[in-house]
Amino acid sequence: MSMFNIFHIAGSAVSAQSQRLNTVATNLANADTAAGPDGKSFKARQVVFQTVPMGDNGAAGVKVVQVREDTAEGRRVHDPGNPNADTNGYVTYSNVNPVEEMVNMISASRSYQNNIEVMNTAKTLLLKTLQMGQG
Amino acid sequence: MLNRLSASLEFQTQALTLRSERQRLIASNIANADTPGYQAREIDFAKTLQQMTGSGAAIGAPALLAGTDARHLATGGASAAMRDSQMLYAAPSQTNLDANTVDMDRERASFADNAVKYQATLQFINGGLRTMLDAIKGQ
Repeated sequence: MSMFNIFHIAGSAVSAQSQRLNTVATNLANADTAAGPDGKSFKARQVVFQTVPMGDNGAAGVKVVQVREDTAEGRRVHDPGNPNADTNGYVTYSNVNPVEEMVNMISASRSYQNNIEVMNTAKTLLLKTLQMGQG
Repeated sequence: MLNRLSASLEFQTQALTLRSERQRLIASNIANADTPGYQAREIDFAKTLQQMTGSGAAIGAPALLAGTDARHLATGGASAAMRDSQMLYAAPSQTNLDANTVDMDRERASFADNAVKYQATLQFINGGLRTMLDAIKGQ
């Protein structure tokens, strides 16, 4: 029964999207994190999605294959009074771009909702199928 | 005798199976809306249903897995037909930087459309069953 497979497919997508939302939350939380004494600042993280075959006939779910770090240099601000400043008086902050993260968040949240709706519809159809011949 | 009872429902049964296959296909497309490089799939519903019920296979005998023994059970009508008919790739309406061809608006429309038609097919089956029951009861 292929209808049951929909729950696996949409479920995999929901879990992948929620991981993406988690990553966005991590990035946004650390948007203003300054580099510690080791000089390494927080790097923005991005999830990478990949298709996973689920059964035959083109049924495909999705999974997160890796969480990649953005290699861009962190934001540098001249602030000699800051305890985190280096010898030249610069403080290195994370390389998170809050605007990008907000867009990412909206996209992830919409995709999440879409997949929930898919599951709800599949559930309704399955329940109706169970009542076949009773109405 | 028993197959006389079910023969009239055979077409709708095949249609229902194909509808659920298509529902799953659209669910896959929606799930992969953000996957880089994913190509949206689609089936030609009319053509596939024709293959399952029409001239390719006798009505009531859907396209089946090859049975090498008379005692083999008939399996996978819709799956076999769908594999045979070579599923199509949806043409992207707008190009995307990550080579993903899922058009969310179209997929959602197809999903709603397919869900309604699935329920319609269910209604047809229920109607057929009720007619048959009325005939049996003779009231």
